[in-house]
Amino acid sequence: MKDKSSDVKKVTGRPGLRLQSLGMYCPGCHYGIITRVICEVIEELGVAGKAIGLAGVGCSFGGAPMTIDIDWTSCPHGRAPAMATAIKRIYPDAMVLTVQGDGDLGAIGLGCFMNALVRGENLTTVFLNNAVYGTTGGQMAPTTLLGMKTTTTPLGRDIKTNGYPLHVPELAATMRGVAYAARCTVHTPANFQRAKKSLKTAIQKQMDGIGYGIVEFVSACPPGWGLKPLECLDYISERMLEEYPLGEFKNLDKTD
Amino acid sequence: MSERILVSGNNAVARGAIQAGCKYFFGYPITPQSEIPEYMSKELPKIGGIYVQSESESGSIYMVYGGGLTGKRIMTSTSSPGLSLMAEGMSYLAEQEIPAVIVDVVRMGPGIGTGGQGAQTDYLQVTKGCGHGGYHAIVLAPASGQEIFDLMQLAFFLADKYRGPVMVITDFILGQTEEPIELRTLDFGPLPEKEWALTGKEKRGGNRVTHVAAFFTYQGILNYHMKLIEKYAEIKRAEVRYEKYLADDCDLLIVAYGSSARIARGAVDMGRAKGFKLGLFRPITLWPFPVEAIAEGASKAGRVLVVEDSQGQLVEDVEASVKGRVPVHLLGMWGRHNVGGGGIIHPERVIEEVEKLNER
Repeated sequence: MKDKSSDVKKVTGRPGLRLQSLGMYCPGCHYGIITRVICEVIEELGVAGKAIGLAGVGCSFGGAPMTIDIDWTSCPHGRAPAMATAIKRIYPDAMVLTVQGDGDLGAIGLGCFMNALVRGENLTTVFLNNAVYGTTGGQMAPTTLLGMKTTTTPLGRDIKTNGYPLHVPELAATMRGVAYAARCTVHTPANFQRAKKSLKTAIQKQMDGIGYGIVEFVSACPPGWGLKPLECLDYISERMLEEYPLGEFKNLDKTD
Repeated sequence: MSERILVSGNNAVARGAIQAGCKYFFGYPITPQSEIPEYMSKELPKIGGIYVQSESESGSIYMVYGGGLTGKRIMTSTSSPGLSLMAEGMSYLAEQEIPAVIVDVVRMGPGIGTGGQGAQTDYLQVTKGCGHGGYHAIVLAPASGQEIFDLMQLAFFLADKYRGPVMVITDFILGQTEEPIELRTLDFGPLPEKEWALTGKEKRGGNRVTHVAAFFTYQGILNYHMKLIEKYAEIKRAEVRYEKYLADDCDLLIVAYGSSARIARGAVDMGRAKGFKLGLFRPITLWPFPVEAIAEGASKAGRVLVVEDSQGQLVEDVEASVKGRVPVHLLGMWGRHNVGGGGIIHPERVIEEVEKLNER
């Protein structure tokens, strides 16, 4: 009898950089998929040995430092870009990556992030936008949609009280030191591939010394949204992407 | 003998740091310490170092945190309001055990205070852990240009030895006064390898993660805190520093640190000439505080006068050390010849206070 196992071709599996440890994500959370994007991109670019990751406070911290096999540090809330600045200045050949959520980068750390752009730092930022504060139980984030109910906007986010959703890559694209700014999702296989390409481009800009790269990942938070995992995919397509359009907002081959 | 030069205390901070091998400075301008970042921005690039001007003291302290993670010697300097902004980061540096040197050139507070005025109004802030959660930083309080230069070198050594933030505290008077210093290199002995530093794993194989993963288990939390508690106990045993001047044969012990100790020393000489048996006890480490030595000196003298240019902060630690065994008096900032701009406590004013106490 023919040994069928020799016909079986492995087409996918755990990325080489994905450690055996468990992530700390809820069912239906997209951060696990984004962890895979980060792993695969770092592997494909061959920069794992010189990678230093900085994870912000929030759910972004729950997975990356414990599940990706590169050097990591956790950061105080919102301060990853300042810490990354020093590391990159001291080790210019390192690949320095910050992973920050919408509260971490968009609220408490917006000034810190913007000032890293003002200084024209040569870094990469993965910006995780799930429109709520997941870790603390689903409160309003700067990226919460208008009308969206959270535990601190029980009647829905209202412009008069809470202002407008924050568009980070569009904002970053206005800064001269930024080489790459894009928004992507991982809620479909095709978008997963596009997300990989975006992050790869952003990191390549850093390695080539061109400038700052930022990639936003619009992603699901089932408990924060009060939706089932599959319903979240529709919510992303129908609501999130309406406010947060996908695409590249900047892609420069050189910054002056 | 090494070269001698005439420089300000702020300049001595910067030169002392470079002497200690510090090549990375992250800072933000604030009076009266701006000469330190200015000097660093000029000198560090010449030796392959880096100066980064942050957007705030919050930015500075996190650049220090990131820079410290690489294992290199790094520092920042600021003045009082800036130190408040750094308080959060100080707590993280202590928690994550990141070596760093932070210099506070104190200006009169609270609030925005007055940058052009000397004062010693940050004592409580620097000695009690200015950030949250309960931690300590070693605090060195030099009283001259030479001592600033020397203690900067010691600060980097202690930061590496005990893995944590070390503070050097000066003030407007010390920072702006020019004094001769000898550019000598101090050797404090060997240090352990920084096996925790982030460099990218290719330099060693196997990744490193510098967060307190211990916090995810009960025993981990306990072990972590016991380790810090033991470290602080060891620092208290090994690193207490102070200077005594005529303190073993006096009937009034003056306790003062930093610029006030310079003034008090003058007062001791002045008083001795008048026949008053004065002595000076000068804490050099404000944390760890020389509790036992002060208690002993106070008991011998029978009376204590604390001289500090503040509302009365150091006096709390002196009282806690003396434990009510002898009376502790205070001459605070109200003893200035002019409470406003440029006012200082003159030695004559200290003697006046001594005469008042003698009449009691």
